[in-house]
Amino acid sequence: MSETLNKETETVDDEGKRDFIFLATGAAAAAGAASLVWPFVAQMGKAADTLAAGSIEINLSNVPEGQQLKTLWRGKPVFVRHRTPAEIAEAESVDVSALPDPQTDDERLVPNSSGKVNPKYLVMVGVCTHFGCVPVGEAGDFDGWYCPCHGSHYDTSGRIRKGPAPTNMAIPPYEFISDNVIKVG
Amino acid sequence: MSGHPSTYEPKYAATKWMDQRLPIIRMGADFMTFPSPRNLNYWWTFGGILALCLVSQIITGIILAMHYVPHIDHAFDSVQRIKRDVPYGWLLQPMHAVGASMFFLAVYVHMLRGLYYGSYKAPRELLWIIGCLIYLIMMATGFLGYTLPWGQMSFWGATVITGFFGAVPVVGESLQQWLLGGYAVDNATLNRFFALHYLLPFVIAALVGLHVWALHHAGQNNPIGITPKTKQDTLAFHPFYTVKDGFAVCVFLLIFAFFVFYQPDALGHADNYIRADAMKTPPHIVPEWYFLPFYAILRAVPDKLAGILLMVGAIAVLFVLPWLDTSKVRSMRFRPVARRFFYVFLVMCFILGWCGAETPDNIAFPFGTNDAGEKVGLSFYRLSQIATIYYFAFFLIILPVLGLTERPKDRPESITKAVLGGHKGAAAPAE
Amino acid sequence: MAFSKTLKVLLVGGVSLAGLTFGATTIASAAGGGGTGDYEMVHKHWHFKGMGGTYDRAAAQRGYQVYREVCSSCHALEQLAFRHLGDKGAPFYNEDYKNPNENPLIKAFAADWTIEDIDADTGDVLERPGITADKFPPIYPNDAAARAGNGGALPPDLSTIVAARNGGADYLYNLLIAYDAKKPDDVTLTPGLYYNPVMDGGKIAMASPLSDGIIEYAPMEVYEDGEIKTVAAPEATVEQMAADVTEFLAWSSDPKLEQRKQAGFATMLYLLILSVLLWFSYKRVWKNVKH
Repeated sequence: MSETLNKETETVDDEGKRDFIFLATGAAAAAGAASLVWPFVAQMGKAADTLAAGSIEINLSNVPEGQQLKTLWRGKPVFVRHRTPAEIAEAESVDVSALPDPQTDDERLVPNSSGKVNPKYLVMVGVCTHFGCVPVGEAGDFDGWYCPCHGSHYDTSGRIRKGPAPTNMAIPPYEFISDNVIKVG
Repeated sequence: MSGHPSTYEPKYAATKWMDQRLPIIRMGADFMTFPSPRNLNYWWTFGGILALCLVSQIITGIILAMHYVPHIDHAFDSVQRIKRDVPYGWLLQPMHAVGASMFFLAVYVHMLRGLYYGSYKAPRELLWIIGCLIYLIMMATGFLGYTLPWGQMSFWGATVITGFFGAVPVVGESLQQWLLGGYAVDNATLNRFFALHYLLPFVIAALVGLHVWALHHAGQNNPIGITPKTKQDTLAFHPFYTVKDGFAVCVFLLIFAFFVFYQPDALGHADNYIRADAMKTPPHIVPEWYFLPFYAILRAVPDKLAGILLMVGAIAVLFVLPWLDTSKVRSMRFRPVARRFFYVFLVMCFILGWCGAETPDNIAFPFGTNDAGEKVGLSFYRLSQIATIYYFAFFLIILPVLGLTERPKDRPESITKAVLGGHKGAAAPAE
Repeated sequence: MAFSKTLKVLLVGGVSLAGLTFGATTIASAAGGGGTGDYEMVHKHWHFKGMGGTYDRAAAQRGYQVYREVCSSCHALEQLAFRHLGDKGAPFYNEDYKNPNENPLIKAFAADWTIEDIDADTGDVLERPGITADKFPPIYPNDAAARAGNGGALPPDLSTIVAARNGGADYLYNLLIAYDAKKPDDVTLTPGLYYNPVMDGGKIAMASPLSDGIIEYAPMEVYEDGEIKTVAAPEATVEQMAADVTEFLAWSSDPKLEQRKQAGFATMLYLLILSVLLWFSYKRVWKNVKH
């Protein structure tokens, strides 16, 4: 009786076979658990409705010269600035190579259907690239924007000139659907 | 948390350091080496299955809460959005909804196992009572959760169940309105139900901790109900029962997966796909299947308060079961008479569930037709009364009396003796 | 002995599974109200039933046409956005446009609807053609208006209708084709109500919406098994239209059915293999242990 009972502590003769089945079971269980984790993680990503909600149309002719239109796109403010000739001149006269994030003014504008850019209208995501505050317009040392949170100065092209922000304010994807109407997104 | 002497010895400097400060590795190791009776059958795997159910419900629940909106104007749409637009929402939502049913399925098996094998008897009374408490909170959690999708059945289920509190004498109406936060089920109700539905699973988790602690202190019961006496009577929990539980869990998951992927709505109600409407009650209100037996007991008496008292009593009686059963023999394997009554009890529970799903005035067993050509016979109402009487008689009369009158069969001296043969108990499978 | 025990457990599992399914179906059919009169429910073999069932794309596409041209005069599809029509598993899915928002067909469907919006410049209410991201518009501005326009009855939302009715697709299909059934004498109709044996009590506030040839089907292109197939137009009989719109609305109720079943097959197969592996591990561990 006790002999039968104690056998379990003895070494099993076909150890290799045993190891294989345990390894296979363990590996299968681990693989299953790992693949179950993916849906738990992926569910926090953008949902289909968020991905689809997407584009807004802006009529540029509604923005008078020297003023700025603020509108919401994907939960972030988009600035449409109708720049004055002085502001345009200031933006174009900068020595690009000396900038923290070198970009010419033209590079920050999107050409219309005839391939020309209209420097009057600057369209950008109005979010400071430092920690995401919304900069104040017509302010700062460079007559563009100034972020009150941590003191970043942007010029009239929305380029970072001074302060902690690492890059220029972003240009959203947009296209001209007529001479005066753009579609953002 | 373990009732057996620790054999863990830290090998490395780091584990030694840890062991002197917070012996959490020791706790885990002791858990794994816990001596479990060597004769536990598959009915004992449901503890592990239930642990998995709880973890699964908490994880999927927290995930759903990230997308769900507890407001009457958005709740229904937000659940639809989860099923349609949220990445993998089509998988996670049914996992949670079907998971509730699977949780109850497993808990009923677990409870009936305890009942059959006398797992509530000394020294496991508190273990049993904590279990009953867990079950009670599970019921509350299940009910609260069913309100959240804000479909027709959610709304009217909440209305009916909170109406129970309105039956309390004198303070009933105030109590009900306090629970609802208004005159009827409304946004305030939905908000607090959501808060409580999020809270209670963690209370359950804490109670499960106590349940396992009590289990490890008193030791597991086993199919023959004889307390292990020698080392030979037991096996280390790991690997013997981890692998056995693992196999059972996997088979259980197969059933779970079948429902999640192929019949996600089979255990729910079509009416819950209709947005809640306070102006229109669905023609046929039934609770979730796991509440049906209690719903039948509620309707078995024509008086509102009496029905509720009876239903509460049906659960309350479980709490005092350790003192109702007078028999010293744990396992019904050695109680031939009690065993027969147990099987009848099982049938009666199913009958109660059946009655709970049917309209009380309908005929369950027709005997024939009357002059007007209508069926006559035993109505569900009468049937539920018979079953209710048996339900209570089983606990309040049969078990107390049988313990004193029944002559149990001879029992083996020890688990080892039973296992190694000679005795009938050893050859008999799970029964 | 151990093996028979396992069999027993599997048996118990199987029985409880069968019991649960049976119980659920019993409850469902008990609540289904079997209809009135002599009407015999037609039980169609739906393409999406069964473990491997998928939606019949051509039928569901025609069903959308039926919804657009007939049902949508009163019934909304609250939970659907236009882009859903072109999702994977949806009637108009096309592998060339995995993102339905870029699918020209879906864009055209959306543009075919008028959406109420706010003019960003003036704040006035304006109407514009739909875009793929838009939800299907409400048909009535509110429930009161819907009731007022329909003799006091509220046309139910159709986006979850198949899931929301006991009997599901069969219920809806029979409801649409059963208007011709003979009214029993004990059903009395007040003005504005019609006889329909599938409804509880036999009364319905919706007049028969379909009649032979009420719409015209055109041949359509269906994306199936990696290629575009042309499906000839069937004759628009009441039965055909009822079956088509039911197929479409069944998809609308359960748009992820195909993904779910595919994932289900893989999951069940995996669990089966893991069960077998665990079973052999179990036998190994317990090899020399009597119990």
